[in-house]
Amino acid sequence: MVNYFPEEVLEHVFSFLTSHRDRNAVSLVCKSWYNVERFSRGKVFIGNCYAISPERLISRFPRVRSLTLKGKPHFADFNLVLHDWGGYVYPWIEAMAKGCTNLEELRLKRMLVSDASLELIAKSFPNFKSLVLVSCEGFTTDGLAAIASNCRFLRELDLQENEVEDPRGQWLSCFPDSCTSLASLNFACLKGEVNLAALERLVARCRNLKSLRLNHAVPPDVLQKILARAPQLVDLGAGSFVHDPESETYNKLKNVMQKCTSIRSLSGFLDVNARCLPAIYPICINLSSLNLSYAPGIYSKELVKLIRKCKKLQCLWILDTIGDKGLRVVASACKELQELRVFKSDPNDVGNAAVTEEGLVAISAGCPNLNSLLYFCRQMTNTALITVAKNCPNFIRFRLCTLDPITPDAVTMQPLDNGFGAIVQSCKGLKRLSVSGLLTDQVFLYIGMYAEQLEMLSIAFAGNSDKGMVYVLNGCKKLKKLEIRDSPFGNMALLADTGKYETMRSLWMSSCKVTFGACKSLAEKMPRLNVEIINEGDEMEGGSDDRQNVEKMYLYRTLVGPRKDAPDSVWTL
Amino acid sequence: MEGVMSHGNDLNLKATELRLGLPGTDESTSKNNKRTANELVKNSELLNGKSDAKARDGETVPASKSQIVGWPPVRSFRKNIVQPKKTEAETGNFVKVSMDGAPYLRKIDLKIYKGYQELLKALENMFKLTIGEYSEREGYKGSEYAPAYEDKDGDLMLVGDVPWDMFMSTCKRLRIMKGSEATGLGSGV
Repeated sequence: MVNYFPEEVLEHVFSFLTSHRDRNAVSLVCKSWYNVERFSRGKVFIGNCYAISPERLISRFPRVRSLTLKGKPHFADFNLVLHDWGGYVYPWIEAMAKGCTNLEELRLKRMLVSDASLELIAKSFPNFKSLVLVSCEGFTTDGLAAIASNCRFLRELDLQENEVEDPRGQWLSCFPDSCTSLASLNFACLKGEVNLAALERLVARCRNLKSLRLNHAVPPDVLQKILARAPQLVDLGAGSFVHDPESETYNKLKNVMQKCTSIRSLSGFLDVNARCLPAIYPICINLSSLNLSYAPGIYSKELVKLIRKCKKLQCLWILDTIGDKGLRVVASACKELQELRVFKSDPNDVGNAAVTEEGLVAISAGCPNLNSLLYFCRQMTNTALITVAKNCPNFIRFRLCTLDPITPDAVTMQPLDNGFGAIVQSCKGLKRLSVSGLLTDQVFLYIGMYAEQLEMLSIAFAGNSDKGMVYVLNGCKKLKKLEIRDSPFGNMALLADTGKYETMRSLWMSSCKVTFGACKSLAEKMPRLNVEIINEGDEMEGGSDDRQNVEKMYLYRTLVGPRKDAPDSVWTL
Repeated sequence: MEGVMSHGNDLNLKATELRLGLPGTDESTSKNNKRTANELVKNSELLNGKSDAKARDGETVPASKSQIVGWPPVRSFRKNIVQPKKTEAETGNFVKVSMDGAPYLRKIDLKIYKGYQELLKALENMFKLTIGEYSEREGYKGSEYAPAYEDKDGDLMLVGDVPWDMFMSTCKRLRIMKGSEATGLGSGV
């Protein structure tokens, strides 16, 4: 019956489908639906930029307006992937500039972005509105200057945790006086100075500015002037928050803060004097999101005083200087908490991590809506994890990281298998899991049995034998990304179910027991997978031994065969 | 296993648990495949070729575990943000000190002084002069020298007016003024 609907009707119906998964499903129904869908798809998400080529993207979705691309594998974040491994965005922009100039939005993660790419964006897309770069590198503020100068309708420039060189620092002045459309500007990750006068003028003329995240070079007196001009801000990232609490500036800041009743999200404090924090007390009650994870100068007492006032908090990112005691306060004050991330305050410190399983248990007892967790801790116990599982059955993301990657249950000295087992059994909606601590094959048995919705699993220093990995591959039907390091999984596990990898986005294995020969035979058997071996040393040069263990292997499904931009140290088998 | 029993009743873990050993045996029989903590000391070459069972000590972690590449898994961006704070705390707060008429400048670390008294004493020693006592009304009357400093805004200020902490964070350089120019500063202008 539905085949007799005119295409416009179908298109209108499809316009209510926002999730790309729904749209993917719809396009599989029949040819006419496929066609209607593809011409009407505006937003495309590509989780691995090497799974498809830009030309094929454009030929299937000629009207794409928003493109999300991800490049390097996740473990690149932790220095496990070569800097020049790949993930170049330039070919995508070049192709879009030729075939799809309606592009309005580009969201990139872990990609190499050159100034030339940014300049090409600035020149090629007259309606360009939104640029979001997360964990990217390869560009400088010159590229940003090109964007600022040329994108007349720019609404959003959001730079999150990128490595950016800053040769000149005048990019902010490049926004022309005619630019009034900015709604979101985040340059917190930039290391250099900015033209403060230009910043103030920009804020003054962009009446729709809702989100502003400053870098450390913006001092409190400028912050105060900005806030006076933009009381409509919803999301604020303070830059430098160091000043004398007795000064005139501080007083003015306090007063202007009180008027910023729309602020719901607060972050930054890249430089902070804890005695100045009371200036933000008036807005705490309105906050739904607070990120103090870049502010190492705040001690537990002040942190706690602040957080106690944040009764509506849903998302909290904090350093472990908060301690278990501080987490107990969070548990009693922030009843609506959904997401908690506790980072190490000193990543290189070898033993003074300040939170343990007790803090986590307290949070789980006080915050039953908790659904997303990242927790760096010194120790953990099965009992604690079991309690957490019982208290918070709604976890979607659960990432635990013990300082010592193979630490056992701190009380019983047993593996933490049962604790994680309880988590996967109780949290039926769990989509992402990172395990840590002493773990045997048993935990993977539990994961395979219970984690039915699991899409991403991170494993480090865990398991005893190939069986562990096989339990996961067999059991987790929805698995999309599996990343494993330093675990005793070998060829038997790798080759047990080769078809599985075509249902997944990617598999990463480093410092495991997989041999060169096995990788080669996998690559031969599965032409629609790219099996890449990353060699950093000289051992693999010129004729390698099939029996030799592979240091790093990254495989992913692809429709376009081996990529042509891999550096010499990356071999596609 | 006892821990599981006392808290696991709601989850009924034991009933659904598939165990590696025979029913009735406990977990200790499956302990023989654990890796020792010592193996972690080497970089990532850990497990190549190590397929035999090893007993786990379960004790102290070697200090060199921090050499493991990429552990704990923290983004380099975050590592770089947090670290500089520490080094700033450790290095000094050096400012130039000029004295009118002297051929070259000196440098001192403000962090080593606990207050104005110590600072002024040090300046007196360094330049072989007397600065005297501070008074709010009269500055450094009685001395032909006046210690001044350039603050964040570039203004020339008399040393001693503001609390020490504030001075420490706003002082960019010191200047010891001499003669009539000096006495002009503190005299209630």
